[in-house]
Amino acid sequence: MYEQMTNILLQVLNRAASILFNNIVPRIAVEGSTATTGTVPVTTVYTALIVLAGLGIVFGVALAIVAAKFVVKVDPKVEKVRETLPGANCGACGFAGCMGYAEAVVGNPDVAVHMCAPGKSAVAEKIAEITGKKAEKVEPKIARVFCQGGNSLSQRKFIYTGVQDCTAAVLAAGGDKSCEYGCLGYGTCMRACPFGAITMSADNLPLISLEKCTACGKCVAACPKQVIELAHTSKAVVISCHSRDKGVDVKKKCQVGCIACGICVRTCPVDAIKIDNNLARIDHSKCIVCGLCVKKCPTSAIHDYIPVRPKAYIDPEKCVGIDVCEKVCPVNAISGEIRSLHVVNQEKCIGCRMCESRCPKKAITMVESSSAAAAQAKPGKAKEPVSVS
Amino acid sequence: MWQHVLTIFIASALINNFVFSRYLGLCIFFGVTKRMETAVGMSFTFTAVMLVEAVLNWFIWTYVMVPYHLGFLKIVIFIGTVAAFVQAADTMMKKVAPALYYKLGIYLALIVTNCIILAVPLINADENYSLFESMALAVGSGLGFSLALIIMASIREKLELADVPKSFQGLPISFVLTGLIALAFLGFSGMITL
Repeated sequence: MYEQMTNILLQVLNRAASILFNNIVPRIAVEGSTATTGTVPVTTVYTALIVLAGLGIVFGVALAIVAAKFVVKVDPKVEKVRETLPGANCGACGFAGCMGYAEAVVGNPDVAVHMCAPGKSAVAEKIAEITGKKAEKVEPKIARVFCQGGNSLSQRKFIYTGVQDCTAAVLAAGGDKSCEYGCLGYGTCMRACPFGAITMSADNLPLISLEKCTACGKCVAACPKQVIELAHTSKAVVISCHSRDKGVDVKKKCQVGCIACGICVRTCPVDAIKIDNNLARIDHSKCIVCGLCVKKCPTSAIHDYIPVRPKAYIDPEKCVGIDVCEKVCPVNAISGEIRSLHVVNQEKCIGCRMCESRCPKKAITMVESSSAAAAQAKPGKAKEPVSVS
Repeated sequence: MWQHVLTIFIASALINNFVFSRYLGLCIFFGVTKRMETAVGMSFTFTAVMLVEAVLNWFIWTYVMVPYHLGFLKIVIFIGTVAAFVQAADTMMKKVAPALYYKLGIYLALIVTNCIILAVPLINADENYSLFESMALAVGSGLGFSLALIIMASIREKLELADVPKSFQGLPISFVLTGLIALAFLGFSGMITL
C-alpha cells in the first residue's frame, strides 16, 4: 500500500518535472535570469523543488517556534465588551471604533463605562458588569432641531434648483431660505444618520425619532446651518429657533421664529430663560419643563416635545383644603374654599406639575387627561390614577 | 572595496532614493506619514527588516541559488523569505512592543508585499554585490526611505493647519507634495553613477 502510493507520487512528480523541463522552465530561464542559460538540466528542476520545499519547512518551523514563544494572551473581557457594544463604529466615544473603546475600557482604569452614546445606559451597565467598574447614571441625550420654519411657514429668497443637498444649497448665497439661521430642508442630516432616525416631514423639516436617535452627533456635524444640537431627552421644552435677527426681520421671514419679545423670560417661574443676541435660550440646568412658556409664546417658537401632558388630579380623600395649590397654579386652574375640597379645572390645567410637588398631603397626582376626566366625573369611585413619568 | 560600499550607501539613500527617484513603496509612504510618531516607528522597523532581509537573502542567493543555478526562482524565494521574516517580526513585536504594534497595524503586514523590500535583494542579486555591499544598499535604502517618511510626516503635520481646498484634502495634496520633493531630489541625479 505504502509502496504503491510512493510509486504513484514519484510518477506524478516525474510527469510534472518533464512538463516543467520541456515547456515552462526553458522559457523562464531564457527570459528571466542571468544565472542560467538556455538549456536547463533536469536536476535543476529537482533542486528547485527540494530547495523550495526545504525553505518552506525551515520557515514554517521557525515561525511555529516564534509563535509559540511570543504568544500574547488577549483579555477575554475585551471580546465580551466588544460584543456588548452596538458596533456602529460611530466614534462618539472618542476612540477608534468599537474595538478601540473595548480595549481602552478594559485596559485603562480611567476610561469611563458610559462613553458609548448609541448604547446608552443599558450598554454602560453591561460594560460595568464585565469590567467591574462603577456605572454612572447617564442622562440620555437626543438630537433636537432648532428650526420650525418649514416650507409653508417661512419665506424663500430664490428658487434653488441645484443638487438637492444642504451642503450644496448653502454654497448658493447661503441657501435659498430667507432666514439665514434656518433649516434648508434638503435632508443632509437624514443621509448622515447611521441609525435611520431622521425622516423629512411633509413641510421639509427633519423629524428625529425618539426611539432610534442615539445622540451620536453625526447629524450635528453634517448640518451646514448648525440647526441641530444635542440636548438631554428629559428637557423636552425647547426654543426651536436659532435666529439672531431682530424681531421685525424674523416676522418678515418666518411665522414661527423667536422675535425676542421677552414674554417667556417673564413667564418662566425659575428664571431659566435669557435673551441673548435677539434670541431666547433656555438654561436646561434650571428648566423644570413646566411648559408655561410654550403656551405664552406669541409666535409658537417654543416647542414642547411631550406629546400629551398628564394633568393634575386632586384626590378628594387626601385633600384637606390647604390653598397652596391654588396659589401656585400659574393658570388659575385650581379653585376651592379653604378647608374644603379643591378641584382642578381640566380644561385650564396645562400639566406643568407645579402644584404636584407643593401639596403637603401629596393629594395631587398627574393623570392622563382621558382617565382624569373620568375620575373627576365619578369622584366616589376614583380609579387608581395612572402615573406618567 | 570600502569606498564602493560607502558609494552604494550614499547613492541608495539620496541619489537613487526609492520613494523620490524610483517611485517605489508609495503605499506605506502615504499610509504612515499622517503622524510623525508612526513615521518614525515605521522607519526603524523598515530599516531593520530591510537589513536582516538583505543578509538572509544574500546567504540564500550566494550559497543556495547560485551554486544550484536557481536564479530564475529569485522573486519567489525572496518574497518567501521576506514573508517569513516579517511574520516572525510581527509576532515578536506584538509581544515585545505592543504599543508600536498597534500603531503600525496593517502597515507591518504590508511590508511583506512592499516593493522596496523586494527590490533590495533583487538589486543585490542582479549586481552580484558582496555581503557588505548588500548591507550597505539595505541600510542606505532604509535610511533613504526613513528620510522620505520623516520629511513627508513633518510636512503633513503642518498641512493639518493649512487651508487646503476640500477637493485636494488628504491624499491628493500629499501626491502633489511628493512630486515637489521628488523634483528637489532630482537635483542629486548624476552625482554618482554606479
